Amino acid sequence: MLKEFTKGIFKKNPIFIIVLGLCPALGVSSKFINAIGMGAGVVFVLLGSNIFVSLLKNFIPEKVRIPAYIVIIASFVTIVEMVMHAYLPSLFESLGVFVPLIVVNCLILGRAEAFANRNSVRASILDALGMGIGFTLSLMLIALFREVLGAGTITIISIGSFDGIIKIPGIYNAPARVFGLSAGALLVMGYLKAFFNWYSSRRKVS
Amino acid sequence: MSYLAILISFVFINNFILTQFLGLCPFIGVSKNTESAIGMGFAVTFVMAIASIVTWLLSHYILIPFNIEYLQTITFILVIASLVQFVEMVIQKISPQLYKALGIFLPLITTNCAVLGIALINITNNYNALESFVAGISAGIGFLLAILLMSNIREKLDLIRVPKPLQGVPVAFISGGLMALAFMAFDRALLTNLLG
Repeated sequence: MLKEFTKGIFKKNPIFIIVLGLCPALGVSSKFINAIGMGAGVVFVLLGSNIFVSLLKNFIPEKVRIPAYIVIIASFVTIVEMVMHAYLPSLFESLGVFVPLIVVNCLILGRAEAFANRNSVRASILDALGMGIGFTLSLMLIALFREVLGAGTITIISIGSFDGIIKIPGIYNAPARVFGLSAGALLVMGYLKAFFNWYSSRRKVS
Repeated sequence: MSYLAILISFVFINNFILTQFLGLCPFIGVSKNTESAIGMGFAVTFVMAIASIVTWLLSHYILIPFNIEYLQTITFILVIASLVQFVEMVIQKISPQLYKALGIFLPLITTNCAVLGIALINITNNYNALESFVAGISAGIGFLLAILLMSNIREKLDLIRVPKPLQGVPVAFISGGLMALAFMAFDRALLTNLLG
């Protein structure tokens, strides 16, 4: 049972191994905190949709299953949108169009179609948590590279007098701005994916 | 904003794939050969143009008058999904040739974030109906341009030796990144220089 949880984190990592849900992964990864926020949103929606799809798998007719899944997913996305708008307005602002776009994140529909509609509720919950956390970790990794190289900072939650921005000496004064821009995101993603390919092929050999 | 400005902005300056990261999945998945890239590009342009106008009408004649804007995401995605299905059936009836060319790409478009993206961006930018339509077509053309260039690059890449870990997706991302660097040459200054 635990395997369903751990597979999402490395062996079947949604971003680097099965390459699903790329648009938000690159679109919101210019700041570390955005990656965490996006990840949390995706974990919530994925968990909700996996539970409901798994509960309703015997009631949804085969022919209209995709629209039915989309309605379930869209309802959870609307909840995330409203909660984020109410309690985290600045995060909502910086994620922008990518919050409603969680609805078309292929990862969520992919898990509903490939896993939740043929497995028990418990397995689906574990699968959602594993995949969601794997997605969040990958997003954080991309964001870490992009923010450190592109701005020389790491932005986390601000607490009290600490404004939540860690400045990295050396890079902060002369950052390679391109990593913060769109081109940098694609390059970082390409090299990270290459690294994961190299790493998993090496593991297979040994 | 003038229509020409919208066109230039969505094709070059805010290219959906290369600067906004909308529609990356088909960009990586369907760009292995030029023929399917062109098919996908046209199918997306077509659906985006229709979706822009339909979602605009829906938003301004149903959601806003009844004060139910919070249902925007759920209505838009359902409308787009049924629209794609409908377009598929219409094309199949009217022109079997076109269906043969675009058919297999149409179902994939439902989960293409570019289509929902343009619908939402039109609303945020407060475009009127015609502006939304133009934005839809232009964003589609931008998508077509990017995926076409990408498929050409990838066909060339097939002929040269690429280190094993970089083969396939990674090298596609890296070439996409270099393309995005080239597209950075187009910025707001282009608009002011051209249109004053």
